[in-house]
Amino acid sequence: MDDVTKKVQTNQYKSGFITPKTAPYIFILPALLLFLAFTVYPIIASFLLSFQTRSGGVYTFSGFDNYVRLFTDPIFYKALGNTFIILIVQVPIMLFLALLLAVFLNSKLLNMRGFYRVSFFTPAVTSLVAASIIFILLLNTDYGLINYILTSIGLEKINWLTNGFWAKASLIIVTTWRWTGYNMVILLAGLQNIPNDLYEAASIDGASPIHKFFHITIPQLKPVLLFCFVLSTIGTFQLFDEPYNLTSGGPNNATLTITYYLYNQGFNFFDFGYASAIAYVIVVFIAILSWLQFKVVKDD
Amino acid sequence: MKSIYVKKSLLHFFLIVGVIISLGPFYWMIVGATNPSGDVLSFPPKIVPGNYFVENLTNLSEAIPIMKAVFNSAVIAIVFVLASLLVCSMAGYAFAKFKFKGSNIIFSSFLLAMMIPYQATIIPLFQIFGALDWINTYHAVILPQICYPFAIFLIRQNMKGIPDSMIEAARIDGAGEISIFFKLALPTMKPALAAVGIFLFTHQWNNFMWPLIVMTSSEMYTLPVALSTLAGLNSVDYGQLMLGTAISVLPIMVVFLMLQKHFVSGILGGSVKE
Repeated sequence: MDDVTKKVQTNQYKSGFITPKTAPYIFILPALLLFLAFTVYPIIASFLLSFQTRSGGVYTFSGFDNYVRLFTDPIFYKALGNTFIILIVQVPIMLFLALLLAVFLNSKLLNMRGFYRVSFFTPAVTSLVAASIIFILLLNTDYGLINYILTSIGLEKINWLTNGFWAKASLIIVTTWRWTGYNMVILLAGLQNIPNDLYEAASIDGASPIHKFFHITIPQLKPVLLFCFVLSTIGTFQLFDEPYNLTSGGPNNATLTITYYLYNQGFNFFDFGYASAIAYVIVVFIAILSWLQFKVVKDD
Repeated sequence: MKSIYVKKSLLHFFLIVGVIISLGPFYWMIVGATNPSGDVLSFPPKIVPGNYFVENLTNLSEAIPIMKAVFNSAVIAIVFVLASLLVCSMAGYAFAKFKFKGSNIIFSSFLLAMMIPYQATIIPLFQIFGALDWINTYHAVILPQICYPFAIFLIRQNMKGIPDSMIEAARIDGAGEISIFFKLALPTMKPALAAVGIFLFTHQWNNFMWPLIVMTSSEMYTLPVALSTLAGLNSVDYGQLMLGTAISVLPIMVVFLMLQKHFVSGILGGSVKE
């Protein structure tokens, strides 16, 4: 009986190989095959590769050798340290600026909102290589516009790209320039989704603008802020284009990031096993930091 | 009344400073691209565009195959966008409009992949393309990212808005699943596809690390890779360097300015209210 109803039902539709039952699998198949070949397989392969070292042209299993080497490698620590410094300094500065701009742009007093939003977002559509090149020239010690401005207001020239401290600062400046508007747009969307009633109710209760900001805006915006934090954390661990083009990781590895170190090991020294171990350290750090950020927000 | 006026002026003052910081470097780039090399870093800085564009372009073409780089970048970005839109919208449609075994697991693993850094895959990818003898080819740049989980996610969100009754009606009228997808689902999704398409184009146009690894001859360099080698040359001609940078930045900026509303919604998945 059941079989008969089923048959009648399917007969309403065009019959053949592609039925409403098989269609989703057919639609998903290309994406799934590409995903398996170019994402899942490489993730597994690089995990296995991280336990292998090359000797005499062939990769052989060598246990935790790569990881042991990693934890005794001073350059690895330097790259990791640089990445964390950038994370701790750059991400809060950028998100603070982005939030400030988003709140400004959300102000009822403001006209020309569209113009400001597009202007701030524009750096985010340019390539990191192009941004780095523009800033190499802007930050040039002897002829750069930024030092020209500094000296004309009576300050000293700064060796932006050749001093370890300032090279890191340059990297932070370029990254902040490129990504602040991007985060601003996300935060602005978040701000606009906060129900207006909350502010009106607070106004009736006599809350000050600052009070409203800390007791309504920030708590309501938390999921969006978290999203920006997680995105920026992942971005910092993947930082490569800027140090590669701006400073080549120098001076004296002061701007060597963890991803840049991976690139050097993999594609300058062709040590794929060691590079894969670095890749997995990045994976683990991103996983831990994302988990921590989610936990911090949940516990509050 | 007066205090509102002061507040407003202050607000505009801060924002204008912000605009100068955001857009100033681009203006300076255009000035540099149209002036002789010596003028790019002169004191005081030049602030108006010059008429040295043609000379800079000639020098640039002699230094690197810039037109080939533009061509490579354009071909790669266009083919990538079309392929990725097709593959991702098929997948997004399946997730949005069908209940099938394994859909949750597959969708979750797509989302999880968004969290895993791209770098964890590049070494095996390089080995795969090496083994296939595909190093230095367009498809080596295009293929790995066609299945772009974020695009699938965005398209799925949008496809959910297609009424089930519409699809059911088409089925009863005897339309096949493939034609329902191409003639019903895709056309109604045009704005969303445009938004995701612009996002994907920008992503690929600006892509650097993977093309740097996989393109080994200067004839196959994409714009960012070609620019990067130009910046690394010893005797740098700043005018031509700025022009090269402008060539890589301006097309994407023009597209962005024309389509910025769609672009932003492409990034935010339609959550921005105007």
